[in-house]
Amino acid sequence: MSPLLAAVESHTATAFIEIGLLALVLSALARLASALGITAVPFYLVAGLALGEGGLVDLSVSEDFVALGAEIGVLLLLLALGLEYTAAELRHGLGTSAVPGVVDGLANALPGLAAGLLLGWSVPAAVLLGGVTWVSSSGVISKVLADLDRLGYRETPVILNLLVIEDLAMAVYLPVVAAVVVGADALATASTVSVALVTVGAVLWAATRFGSAVSARLSQGSNEALVLAVFGLTLAAGGVAQQLQISAAIGAFLVGLALSGPAQERASTLIEPLRDLFAAIFFLFFSFQIDPGDLPGALVPAVALAVVTSATKLGTGWLAAARAGIATRGRVRAGTALMARGEFSVVIASLGSGLADGPELGTTAAAYVLVTAVAGPIATKNADRLSALFAPSGRRRGT
Amino acid sequence: MPEVTETHLPGVGVRHDFTTASGQRLGVIAHRGGRREVLVYDSDDPDACRTVMQLDVDDSRTLAEVLGASRVSEAVAAVQQRIEGLSIDWITVPGGSTFVGRTIADGEIRTRTGVSIVAVIRGTDTTPAPPPTFAFAPGDVAVAVGTPSGLDAVRAMLAS
Repeated sequence: MSPLLAAVESHTATAFIEIGLLALVLSALARLASALGITAVPFYLVAGLALGEGGLVDLSVSEDFVALGAEIGVLLLLLALGLEYTAAELRHGLGTSAVPGVVDGLANALPGLAAGLLLGWSVPAAVLLGGVTWVSSSGVISKVLADLDRLGYRETPVILNLLVIEDLAMAVYLPVVAAVVVGADALATASTVSVALVTVGAVLWAATRFGSAVSARLSQGSNEALVLAVFGLTLAAGGVAQQLQISAAIGAFLVGLALSGPAQERASTLIEPLRDLFAAIFFLFFSFQIDPGDLPGALVPAVALAVVTSATKLGTGWLAAARAGIATRGRVRAGTALMARGEFSVVIASLGSGLADGPELGTTAAAYVLVTAVAGPIATKNADRLSALFAPSGRRRGT
Repeated sequence: MPEVTETHLPGVGVRHDFTTASGQRLGVIAHRGGRREVLVYDSDDPDACRTVMQLDVDDSRTLAEVLGASRVSEAVAAVQQRIEGLSIDWITVPGGSTFVGRTIADGEIRTRTGVSIVAVIRGTDTTPAPPPTFAFAPGDVAVAVGTPSGLDAVRAMLAS
C-alpha cells in the first residue's frame, strides 16, 4: 500500500461509512415517497432535520464534501429546469400564457413578500420568501399529473404553460434577487441587476442563434462524452456567473435553456440520475443547517402562508383554465395541481443563507415546502370531490 | 375526415384529438420518447378522460399496423369481390432494383402489365392508392392487383 493511501485511509473510511449509510437512508425514503405517490423532497428535509444539528442523531459527516455536493446539486437542479422545455415551447408559452403568468406571479409572490415584511425581516429576505411562495414545483406537478393519468385532460396544457412561464420568469427573478441579496446601496444594486439582465439577455440571444449548432456538435459524441460536456459546461458557466456576482444558479440555468434539439433530450435523460444524487445531498445539507427547535415557531406562519397561497394558486389555475374555456371541474383540477411547491422554493430560500434573517427564512421555507409538497398532490387527487363541495348540485361521478 | 386538433404539452410532447363520427372525443399523446397515450374523453366532464391507455413504442407500432393494414386489405377485398380471376400480391422492391428512386409512372407498370399498385407499405407507414409520381425506396412493399401472369411480370420488373 502506498504511504499516501495509508495516511488518508482512517478518516476516509469513517467518511465513506457515514455517507454510505446516509445514502441508504435517503434511498429508503425515496422508495417510501414513490410508494405514497409524492415527491421525496419533504422526506429528505425531515431526514436532514433529524440527523443534523440539534436533531436526534448529530452526524458529523465530512462537511466539505456535503457542502460542495449541495452546491453542485443546486446547479444540476437548475440545469434540469432549463433543459425541461424546448425554445419553441418557451416561445409558445410566452405567446399564450403571458397574462395568466403575470397574475400567477403577483397573486403568489406578494403574499410571501408581505409575510416576510410582517415577520419583520429585511427586504431581501422578504423578496426571497416571495419567490418561495411563487414557484410551483414543475417536478412534483408533472409527476402527479402523469401518475393520475391526467396528461390528456384539457386543462393540462394550461397548467404546463403556466409552469413554462414561471420557468422563464426565474431567468429574470434569480439575477435580480442575487443582486438584492448582495446588498450594497441602491445604485450598486441597480448596476449589478442591469449587468445581470444584460448578460441573461445576451446569453439567451446567443442561445437562439448558435445554440442549435453547439447542440448538434455535442449530440454527435458518445453518452459519456455528452454527460461530461454538459456537466463541465454547467459547472464552468456557474462559476463564471458567480464571479460576475449574478449567482452560479443562473449560469447553470442558462446552459439548460441554451441546449436544444437531440442534445437537449439526451442530456436530460443522462443528467437525471446525477441530478437526483446531488439534489438529495442539497436538500439534506439545507435542512442540516436548520435547528429542529426553531421549527415549531416557524410552523404557524408557514401553515398560514400555505393556506393563503394555496387559495391564490387555486384562483390562478381557475382563471387560466377559464380563459381556455375549461369547465368548473377542470378549473378546480388546474388550481389544485398548481398548489405544490418543492425543489425550487428550497433553492430560492438557500440563496438567502448568508442574510441576517437567513436561518429564519430557511426554517420557514422548509416548513412551508413540507406542507405544500404533501398537501398539494393530495388536493390534486381529490380535486373532483372538492368541486362537488363547491357545486353540490353537480352529479358525483362513481369510478 | 374529422378535423384533428394539435396541442403542445410543454415538457411532455404533443396531443392530437378529434371527434369520431359517433360523437366520441378521442385523443393521442405522443410523448417525446416515442411512448403514446390513447385518450377517450368523458361525455359527462368533457375536459377529463374516461379511459387512458398507455402504449409503449412497440405497442403503438402494433396498433398503428393493425389499424392501417385492415384499411388496405378492406380496399383489396372490395376490388376482388367485383372481379373474378383477379389476384393480389405483396411484392418487395429489393435494394439493388432499378426501380429505386423511380416513380410508378416512370416504370409504366400498368401500361406494360395491366397491374395496378393499390398501396405501398414502407416500414410502419402505408400509402394507400399511391399517385403515379410516387417514388420507390429500397425495401418498399408494393401491394399489386392484376392477373397472375401480370403479377409475375411486375415481380420480374421490380427485381431487375
